[in-house]
Amino acid sequence: MTEQLFGYDDQDTWLHHLGGATKLLAFLGLSLIAMASYDTRFIAAIVVLSLFLFKQAHIAWRQVRLVVKVIVTFSLLNLVTVYLFAPEYGVQLYGSRHLLFGQGYFTLTQEQLFYEANLALKYIVTVPLALIFLITTNPSEFAASLNKLHLSYRVSYAVALALRYIPDIQTAYHQISLAQQARGWELSAKAKLSARFKGALQILLPLIFSSLARIDTISQAMELRRFGRNPRRSWYRDHPFAKADWLTLGGVAVIIGIGLWLFHQNGGRFYNPF
Amino acid sequence: MTPAIKFDHVTFQYDSQAEPTLYDINLTITPGEKLLIVGPSGSGKSTLGNLINGLIPHALRGQLTGRVTVAGQDVAASSLAALSRHVGTVLQDPDSQFVGLTTAEDIAFALENDAIAPARMRQQVAHWAATLNLSQQLELSPQALSGGQKQRTAMAGVLIDEGEILLFDEPLAALDPATGKRAIALIDALHRQFNMTVVIIEHRLEDVLTQPVDRVIVMDGGRIQADLTPEALLQSDWLRRVGLRAPLYLEALTAAGIERATITNIADAATVSAPQLKTRLTNWLGAQAPPVARATQAPLLTIQDLTFGYPRGRQLFAHFDLTINRGDMLALVGANGVGKSTLSQLITGFVAPKSGQLRFNGQDLAALSVKERADHIGYIMQDPNQMLSKLQLSDEVALGLTLRHADAATIQAKVAQALQICGLYPFRNWPISALSFGQKKRATIASILTLDPELLILDEPTAGQDWRHYTAMMRFLETLNQQHGITMLLITHDMHLMLEYATRTVVLGSQGLLLDAPPATVLSQPDIIAAASLAETSLYALAQRVGLDPQQFTAAVIANERQAAP
Repeated sequence: MTEQLFGYDDQDTWLHHLGGATKLLAFLGLSLIAMASYDTRFIAAIVVLSLFLFKQAHIAWRQVRLVVKVIVTFSLLNLVTVYLFAPEYGVQLYGSRHLLFGQGYFTLTQEQLFYEANLALKYIVTVPLALIFLITTNPSEFAASLNKLHLSYRVSYAVALALRYIPDIQTAYHQISLAQQARGWELSAKAKLSARFKGALQILLPLIFSSLARIDTISQAMELRRFGRNPRRSWYRDHPFAKADWLTLGGVAVIIGIGLWLFHQNGGRFYNPF
Repeated sequence: MTPAIKFDHVTFQYDSQAEPTLYDINLTITPGEKLLIVGPSGSGKSTLGNLINGLIPHALRGQLTGRVTVAGQDVAASSLAALSRHVGTVLQDPDSQFVGLTTAEDIAFALENDAIAPARMRQQVAHWAATLNLSQQLELSPQALSGGQKQRTAMAGVLIDEGEILLFDEPLAALDPATGKRAIALIDALHRQFNMTVVIIEHRLEDVLTQPVDRVIVMDGGRIQADLTPEALLQSDWLRRVGLRAPLYLEALTAAGIERATITNIADAATVSAPQLKTRLTNWLGAQAPPVARATQAPLLTIQDLTFGYPRGRQLFAHFDLTINRGDMLALVGANGVGKSTLSQLITGFVAPKSGQLRFNGQDLAALSVKERADHIGYIMQDPNQMLSKLQLSDEVALGLTLRHADAATIQAKVAQALQICGLYPFRNWPISALSFGQKKRATIASILTLDPELLILDEPTAGQDWRHYTAMMRFLETLNQQHGITMLLITHDMHLMLEYATRTVVLGSQGLLLDAPPATVLSQPDIIAAASLAETSLYALAQRVGLDPQQFTAAVIANERQAAP
């Protein structure tokens, strides 16, 4: 039995009880304002808030280890690239130049460091929020919330079904892979990469054929129970807006308000300590 | 009274077929009737069902003439959605039709599509879950349920529509014997409680007839061959003529030379009677030659002190011992989830034991990879579609040898030989997609045979096949066993398969090995039957009633019946 790598984890925290639509809106709202703003104090405050929420969601490190590592690697790569392409961009932005060391093209200034620190914070802020959303939101409820945000319910349901079938397909892939190995395909780490790649293709054919047969059956089963008949459908996992949802959205609105007010105070998106 | 369902001169031909699947069907089903439709594979019985729920012509296209009326509506002029309010359909394999993430959502699916308010929906779901004994499972994933619970979830999902007609397409196909019996009893209870019209499509006649049925329709070759009561059907010659298995207790009476016409209360093993029943059965049994015990041969696979459990799962094997001897035709039975498939995966090396030793021909298997084990041990999955990866049959069968870098002449000779043994030689240049299910299954066996395995492990080799195909497959496996000396390990739920073809039965329980004995012995031990979710056969009940030794009686009837198989 392969452990599911990443996905909804049913727990009993207030974050799990919030509506999917609320969480989606809160995630989008906070991420957008944190992306737009370059006010370090403001972003740092949201980072603290998102780390606090992450703790509240009872997410275990092993659940997110892989994803976090991948994201950290790419963020670092990105920061380095930003520096390589424009080592003096910070100077341009903040209109002053405090040289730390270096000369010629590759110089390091306080302004550049400060700018890149802002970027790093922006990367950090969205990760816990996105993970909270994905791990605390039931896929069916997620579909319900997408539908609530006026996405067609057919598309919303397709998303939920896809999420629901990922483990099934993993199991089938595993089974077929073993059956192929038993016939002589070496697919373990021992084989060459090209051989493993060819072997994987060999698994895909039966996987696709058996999946197509399943899709046929399931679409018949859905039609027999009137899916797609009405322009509208309701959701068993529907979550009527409760006080907690309004409070959360209110809180998010206040934070966004502060962010916008800071634009005004700073005379633009950038906070300039220099 | 308007009929619940009426077929008026209905002929139907799928767009993909050259000839009609149904010819001139006339059938009237009155409200509240319980009807059984039997027939071999390809007789058109599922097509008939699809005309009742409207999948034909609304989802499956073809040429329809005549008129089907369901609940007063013309099926062709109506829609799937409108019909679904009257007809609830439970498809063959509940696993492949679940859409909800949890059992509750799956039950609620139809109501969701009607845009019913969530509060009312939850109330309805709770009600039907309670009726079908699923209240504790509502928050679980449907995939995590037992076979019986899965089927009850599928039933709840259509009962919630409160339609007046229930349609079951092969409800027993995915269930073990004990669960199947309970399912038939539940269908009967629903029928009586809600006075619904019930249509059951099934080829396992004896299992369905454990509960009363008003009428049986016999289908063959796309036509209704007979329309009669269960009693009349059993008195008649129809079952033999269309290639369906008669109930075992009747086979016993036939074997003892008792005339069908003299049998009374024919539809139930508990009440069936005939003049001098007891004397005649006793005399017949006395005249049967005692079964010849097969000599035990040298051990082929020895499992010693095996311990295994999945991470975070239950311990499946603790200090488990088993020896499979050369030439065994061994049936491995037991309730779902008890570790039957896991045992075969331990043998093939798909999973590794926590401790213990597996020896094959004296060689320790731990040292061998999956691929190396496959040179001696062939594993045939239940679904051949999961094993077939080439487009053309001969390429598929050659695959194992090609991967082992055999020379072209050897490959050609071995492939031809394997195809001939499996009766597939004429199809060698066919695309695999053109083969029937049974042919695909034999193709997977042929592709393993080229590797000269000494042991074949088959997972449910006959699942979902009617008696004719079942017999053909089992006779074929028996030939491999007896003439080619291949030892067989058959994982199965099928009592008949076990009784008729296995030389030895191993019953797995949650505590490991429950019993290792000749097949007929297993079915004479009620505690083992219950623990392994098997079902008592009607022979056992009959033998007890007339005071014969159930074990001896069962063995004799089965031996006799094998000669009569189609």
